[in-house]
Amino acid sequence: MREEVIIRVGAKFLAPFIIMFALYVHFHGDYSPGGGFQAGVILAAAFALLALVYGLEAVQKVLPLRFTRMCAALGVLIFAGVGVVTMLLGHNYLGYNALASDPTHPEHGQHYGILLVELGVLVTVFGVMVTVFYLFAGRGRRGS
Amino acid sequence: MRLDFFVSQYNYWVVIFLMMVGFYILISRGNLIKKIVGLNVFQTAVFMLYISMGKITGGTPPILVDGGHGGGEAAEQVMYSNPLPHVLILTAIVVGIATTSVGLALAVRIKEAYGTIEEDEINRIEAETEAGE
Amino acid sequence: MSIVVDIVLFTLLGATGFALLKIRNLFAVVMLAGIYSLLSAGLFTVMDAVDVAFTEAAVGAGISTVLFLGALALAGHHENRPGHTPLLPLVVVVVTGGVLVYGTMDMPGFGHPGNPVHHHVADHYLEESYDEIGIPNVVTSVLASYRGYDTMGETTVVFAAAVGVMLLLSGARRARSRASPGEGRDTGGGAGKGDAG
Repeated sequence: MREEVIIRVGAKFLAPFIIMFALYVHFHGDYSPGGGFQAGVILAAAFALLALVYGLEAVQKVLPLRFTRMCAALGVLIFAGVGVVTMLLGHNYLGYNALASDPTHPEHGQHYGILLVELGVLVTVFGVMVTVFYLFAGRGRRGS
Repeated sequence: MRLDFFVSQYNYWVVIFLMMVGFYILISRGNLIKKIVGLNVFQTAVFMLYISMGKITGGTPPILVDGGHGGGEAAEQVMYSNPLPHVLILTAIVVGIATTSVGLALAVRIKEAYGTIEEDEINRIEAETEAGE
Repeated sequence: MSIVVDIVLFTLLGATGFALLKIRNLFAVVMLAGIYSLLSAGLFTVMDAVDVAFTEAAVGAGISTVLFLGALALAGHHENRPGHTPLLPLVVVVVTGGVLVYGTMDMPGFGHPGNPVHHHVADHYLEESYDEIGIPNVVTSVLASYRGYDTMGETTVVFAAAVGVMLLLSGARRARSRASPGEGRDTGGGAGKGDAG
């Protein structure tokens, strides 16, 4: 697809909007359909689109496999880390009420907790999907 | 009465039909990738079964009307579909794609080791190798 | 109105399922699988599961199609004609389907608000979640807060799957050139195709 002008320009034009949409889906997930799982997949789809059009090497310069692999682990760490932090603050594991700055409004803590946890989900799902895509797409080339 | 019963259960029957189409692809086809596609069809049908259990006729999606701020009389009257199956299936879909990718990776490795992903050919090659040893 | 959409979507899903069964060009099969996912996303929307529909459309019709195509590029895209008769699988499928349909006879009817599934924790989630969690999307608050352990487990499973794929695919392609059992197998199927390694 290196020669197709329409596809190249179209993909370049679409990618920032897809990434923006993924972030919207993530941060607006409390008020409308969406959340970390969907946002992670959409974000990964943006990079898959770029890789399909511009080639794997070009995308891996921006987003190396090492980084996405790290993302996959980092997200789980964020999720589990939130649980540990709430425990250190004297509440249950993943008891987000501990994160509230004002103890009379524990639901604020829930809000922060959900955002952080969803961030962990986003990072893991994004990392996993891109890593798996890289591995499948890269396998054919390295050998031959 | 009979028609009533049909209308209230047909959703489950169609879902079971789709489930069985996936199951049939899974057990009757020899190609490993086709099998994974069949498994996906089966899986999606199971998701539909769960979601149809959560549906309430005349209900709306479980996102609180008016941002949850009471909303007075109107908001009290709203009926929401059950959110619990949605949550279970939401995570199951993402786990499903993750396990599918493991299955595809295994198929790719089998292709590299045996030169084919057809079940009967793999069996034949295995039998020949055993006979040769 | 929604019942008409329901029936149209179910008919299309059934037709796609049959096409998946019959077609032996795997590229076409993968595309149809994407269509199947998109149709089921439409069905989820009709059944009020907007979050699920969103996920299914992004995952099933988006990423999974790309992954399948990547796998097809490596594993070949032609399926052989099935060797054995389809009689035994057909019997198994009909019997299993029959048992499942028998099971639905006792199930509470579709869409009735009085069904037991709507009256244990679901009531609590819908009535109390705004006071306890403070966000309007009940699915998100159940996902991340009430069932946070569950979601953490799922995230870990997704991560573990990625580790599995990495273990399987990130090594060099040495299987074809390996000595002993690998060599014996090479002569059996599709010889000459594997010029890699």
